[in-house]
Amino acid sequence: MVLLTLLAAITIGIVRLRNLFAVVVLGGIYSFLMASVMIVLDAVDVAMTEASVGAGISTVLMLGVLSLTKTQETEPVHTPLLPVFVAVATGAVLVFGTFALPPFGAADTPVNLHVAPYYLENSIRDTLVPNVVTSVLASYRGFDTLGEVVVVFTAGIAVLMLLKGKRDIKPGPKRRRVHR
Amino acid sequence: MDLLQTIVAHYNHWIIIFLMVSGLYIVVARGNMIKKLVGLGLFQTSVYLLYLSPGKILGGTPPILSPQFSVYSNPLPHVLILTAIVVGVATLALGLALVVRINEAFGTIEEDEIFAGEEDE
Repeated sequence: MVLLTLLAAITIGIVRLRNLFAVVVLGGIYSFLMASVMIVLDAVDVAMTEASVGAGISTVLMLGVLSLTKTQETEPVHTPLLPVFVAVATGAVLVFGTFALPPFGAADTPVNLHVAPYYLENSIRDTLVPNVVTSVLASYRGFDTLGEVVVVFTAGIAVLMLLKGKRDIKPGPKRRRVHR
Repeated sequence: MDLLQTIVAHYNHWIIIFLMVSGLYIVVARGNMIKKLVGLGLFQTSVYLLYLSPGKILGGTPPILSPQFSVYSNPLPHVLILTAIVVGVATLALGLALVVRINEAFGTIEEDEIFAGEEDE
């Protein structure tokens, strides 16, 4: 509960600050807190991924882009009344919805009764891997993970095209073509 | 006492909703593209928590099988969210590349300045 409250406090900081550098660093702290919450929620594999990818790679990427652009956000020209209304209305409806959800930590919820016990019971027999997350990710749902790799690969190609393509389009004396 | 129990049972949901709503607010209200991407990240991580918290069983252990334990938390949300984190960083990288290109083409990453610049032309 303390960790969740800290998360909320950092979120307020991210919303209010205009210095983008501070926002990105707060984002890194946010990701580490998120990883701690995930450990409390027994999701150790996810916590490791979040700490390395969310707090590590994302922050580095953001800082890299900040070095290429500006680090200060300008004052807004519109009043934020409409977005505040949209956000508060959405939040109110969602909070109303939570009262129908089962309480935190209950074992007899539909989520925990249908598919998950199959994997917990048969993982050792089918794959000999004691870590059920690994066996589902790499064995039962291996093709999904292959699709995920394809997504990352496509994103990498798209980023390269966006960043490399600019040199050919940009006119002027600095224009350079690389022939290999 | 009843009220306290309700708060403890739903505190995680409310924090998740708060994170989600503040991400939504940043995406809608702020014109700065990097800030928008940070807001998108907030929204995304709140969804991670939304998936992970119903899978937690009080008194359970992480789903690594061992003869010493019998109660494990639900492993399926963990698998889904592992995939989501990796895809999330891919989309973030793509978004940041777009921001860099926009900054080169328009000289700014503020939405309002881009619109104003287009109207002048």
